[in-house]
Amino acid sequence: MTPTPSQTIGPFFGFALPFSDDAAAAPSGSPDTLRIEGQVLDGAGDPVPDALLEISENDQFARCRTDAEGAFHFIVRKPNEAFFSMTVFARGLLRHLNTRMYLPDAEDPVLSSVDPKRRHTLVAQREGGTLHFDVRLQGPDETVFFAID
Amino acid sequence: MASELEFEPPYLFPDYRATELRAPRHPLVKLPPEWFHQARGPVFGRIPVQAEDADLTRQHSGAPLGERIVITGRVTDSDGRAVRNTLVEIWQANAAGRYVDPVDDHPAPLDPNFTGAGRCLTDKEGVYRFITVKPGAYPWRNHANAWRPAHVHFSLFGPSLASRLVTQMYFTGDPLIPHDPILNSIPDERGRSLLTARFDLDTTIPEWALGYRWDIVLRGGGATPMEEG
Repeated sequence: MTPTPSQTIGPFFGFALPFSDDAAAAPSGSPDTLRIEGQVLDGAGDPVPDALLEISENDQFARCRTDAEGAFHFIVRKPNEAFFSMTVFARGLLRHLNTRMYLPDAEDPVLSSVDPKRRHTLVAQREGGTLHFDVRLQGPDETVFFAID
Repeated sequence: MASELEFEPPYLFPDYRATELRAPRHPLVKLPPEWFHQARGPVFGRIPVQAEDADLTRQHSGAPLGERIVITGRVTDSDGRAVRNTLVEIWQANAAGRYVDPVDDHPAPLDPNFTGAGRCLTDKEGVYRFITVKPGAYPWRNHANAWRPAHVHFSLFGPSLASRLVTQMYFTGDPLIPHDPILNSIPDERGRSLLTARFDLDTTIPEWALGYRWDIVLRGGGATPMEEG
């Protein structure tokens, strides 16, 4: 059977999809908790203020809508794996995008299979006590997105 | 036979202007074929679902204005097997074509008795069911005199990352459908027809609500690979 086609999430999901504490998959403040911050940017380098991101890893799941500056954050437990799966939805994306957010210094076969020139787009950077990870939909540093089949 | 991809919209579709700076220009990177299908999907249990969330006409003290409708259908995987106990989230404009969302500045009235957001879990047969009002059409600024056909946004999880789906459900026969670049980004008419709900007299509740049926197929599940070409 043919899978039902995708359509854009549009601009008006903000009253419906966010839920209480949606960006926090773990309680903040405990020693194995990570705070991840970043921005979603378009091909002109401008913020994407109407994106919705979801990340997951084992039993962790979190959702965050970008703000007017295209900024998002997540609070998570240090993952068992080297990465979080990330799904990107936005107005203007007729289909969502799948990527991975690797921890700094992480290695795994998928990461090392990616073109070395683009590999850095999949790896979060340490900035003080937080991790920084931007999602660039287009442009010179376009994030690597993965096909699902 | 058309490939599955012709039933999906492309990322870049210039008639829908917002795709121009947001569509990735690099081809998607292919991973080993089993990877996304085997990866367990997000554990969405943190998202709260109450039984009353499936009835969008009873979320306020009074009844919303508009044509009361039932939307129901079955969620299956590509093999036709029921996808049970999966989260379905919907959101929509009110009967006047206005979203509660503060981003919406269309000068049509808000309805104090309608929010337009609902959630439910599919049952043992994969069936979901919502009661709501038919959303109105509304203008947008994509091109001159652009109007979106009436639609309800749907979000579903399914069992894997590959089965995640966000889409829009339209109403068969809507005169705005031929003019809508978002729906018409899907190249093949058969793909577009998969997004239109059909009026169904058996779903219609006498003297109370019109019934629409819309079945949903989530990607993956196949023990046997999809046929090529």
